[in-house]
Amino acid sequence: MEGNIADMGKFIGAGLATMGLGGAGIGVGLVVGNFLAGALRNPAAAAGQTATMFLGIAFAEALGIFSFLIALLLMFAV
Amino acid sequence: MAVSESGAPIIDPMKQFMVKPLFGDGKVEGFLTITNSTLWMAIAIAAVSLLLIGGMRGRALVPTRTQSIAEILYTFIRSMVTDILGEEGKKFFPYIFTLFVFILFSNLVGMIPGSFTSTSHIAVTAVLALAVFLSVIIIGFMKNGAGFLKLFWVDSAPLALRPILALIELISFFVRPLSHSIRLAGNMMAGHAVLKVFAGLLGLLVFSGMGPLAVLPMGLMVAITGLELLVACVQAYIFAILTCIYLNDALHPGH
Repeated sequence: MEGNIADMGKFIGAGLATMGLGGAGIGVGLVVGNFLAGALRNPAAAAGQTATMFLGIAFAEALGIFSFLIALLLMFAV
Repeated sequence: MAVSESGAPIIDPMKQFMVKPLFGDGKVEGFLTITNSTLWMAIAIAAVSLLLIGGMRGRALVPTRTQSIAEILYTFIRSMVTDILGEEGKKFFPYIFTLFVFILFSNLVGMIPGSFTSTSHIAVTAVLALAVFLSVIIIGFMKNGAGFLKLFWVDSAPLALRPILALIELISFFVRPLSHSIRLAGNMMAGHAVLKVFAGLLGLLVFSGMGPLAVLPMGLMVAITGLELLVACVQAYIFAILTCIYLNDALHPGH
């Protein structure tokens, strides 16, 4: 392996940044899991709340996507 | 496909996002250059026009298959707009519908192998998100005047907390175009990069003489392609519904 220490730091940093996406996974899982738990208790009210669930997914996911962006910036822009 | 010294295929998952001019010697000649990005945007627009104009030409009482797809898209977005914005939001319906079908079709034509996903670029989605952001500010001040600033002044909170809340609301308001655009571009880019990485794994397995083993990642590829089709639709929907919610702030500020 050749290369300099700055490149190594870049790759390690990009790898570390992607760990933030795990948080997005946990968040989306919590949103959908709780939606399903509620929907099974009151199926009649579930259909009206699907849009809210997708919103919750979008907000939870956006923060994870930010860390993915940091990884991309480290790899290709810095 | 590029090949390394030992003959193994090299897969660069980010190469598919390169914007390059289609004609000429590869130089970008200002705004009028036709790149692969603009070409696939035009194809998306053509597909939308074909579906909506061509599909609705018959105006049959019992719709044909194409006509019912166009009608489902229309009624779906119309009911979403009236649910969130109410009756006075109807005049924003053309804008939101245009955003929705453009993003949906850009995402979907991007799923064609060998094509280019124009929405995977932050430059494209940022323009869409900034247009929404600016129209929220302009419509908000035109409709409510200085009352639009009540959006940042939470009346229901204790007086001592209000300045802090105002600061938080202000920050979250200005982060909106950022998260609005990056959510779409990030999802599209990540999805297509994942597809390419798995395809590269397949190529390596076949190259190293373990062809039969490649059935497993091939099945996974099919499943991920299905997931990406779902993500393409969901992201267009999320972009449209967030546009509705942001416009709702402009029409009805205050909490």
